[in-house]
Amino acid sequence: MHDEHGHGHHEHHDASSPEVRVEALEDLLVERGLADPERIDATIRRFEHDIGPMIGARLVAEAWADAGLRQRLLTDADAVVADMDIRGAEIEHIEVKANEPGVHNVVVCTLCSCYPWALLGLPPNWYKSPEYRARVVREPRAVLAEMGFELDPSTEVRIWDSSSETRFLVLPERPAGTEGWPAERLAELVTRDSMIGVAHAADPGGH
Amino acid sequence: MRPIPAATEAPPVSIDLLEGTPAAPPRDNGELVFSEPWQARAFGLAADLVGSGHFTWDEFREHLIEAISGWETTSASGDAAEPWEYYRCWLTALEHAVGERGLLSGDAVADRAAMYASRPAGHDH
Repeated sequence: MHDEHGHGHHEHHDASSPEVRVEALEDLLVERGLADPERIDATIRRFEHDIGPMIGARLVAEAWADAGLRQRLLTDADAVVADMDIRGAEIEHIEVKANEPGVHNVVVCTLCSCYPWALLGLPPNWYKSPEYRARVVREPRAVLAEMGFELDPSTEVRIWDSSSETRFLVLPERPAGTEGWPAERLAELVTRDSMIGVAHAADPGGH
Repeated sequence: MRPIPAATEAPPVSIDLLEGTPAAPPRDNGELVFSEPWQARAFGLAADLVGSGHFTWDEFREHLIEAISGWETTSASGDAAEPWEYYRCWLTALEHAVGERGLLSGDAVADRAAMYASRPAGHDH
């Protein structure tokens, strides 16, 4: 194996360590022609460098800038995603949920870690944690407050549980003071967390 | 766990308009995608096996749900051998998916792991 595959053996690991288990699995699968280390390298590079929340941010910014697109995104996100050439071999059904005054949407995957990879990249560690997955359904306001996000008590919170059938993206509210901004500039304000529903979009004054 | 494009496919995402411009939004909000190399290998290996049709993401997901729920059950009863680590669950799911499909026997994997573990520290190829 090669060092660029993370297989330099400078430390000792026992047979039950994940380092050794992964190396054994990969080497055996490669030896049998069932996996290809260069394809694996390429996949890792794509997820580390090319696929991330900037893709969803652009989608949100364009929906902010174009009321017609926003409407289509809320009624048929799959068609918009296809039109914008955001593709994946097994892309399934995406629904976009718009925040508005009095309504706030939050996304979770209670069973594992379902997440719209093609729009946001791989999920952050907290999204995958047992604590978030269990608690955000039971006590969303408390969890959001712990994440630094205070919701008005009169705001209704809607929790969307991702599954193999449906992935969700939150369309955050467009910040005030951004009238006339082009989509490219608006996209700077769209954070990953705002598209999961655990934060507002960034404050334009902060830029 | 979500479907991704097969590793062998053409670049799936059109993001040229954002590349290298001052307006490019943050890629990862400051969090590493993989915090250790083995996590990246476990992820990429699963994606590669899905990409070549050995199992589907939905099938993998069932194993992942089982692995996560297994950890949660042992954790709730105070028997968890290890602290929470998402990619350990991912790796367990991968081992189960590979075994279920008959791609490798559990013995073959265990033997190879034991062989690697017996290498002297500092060993390098």
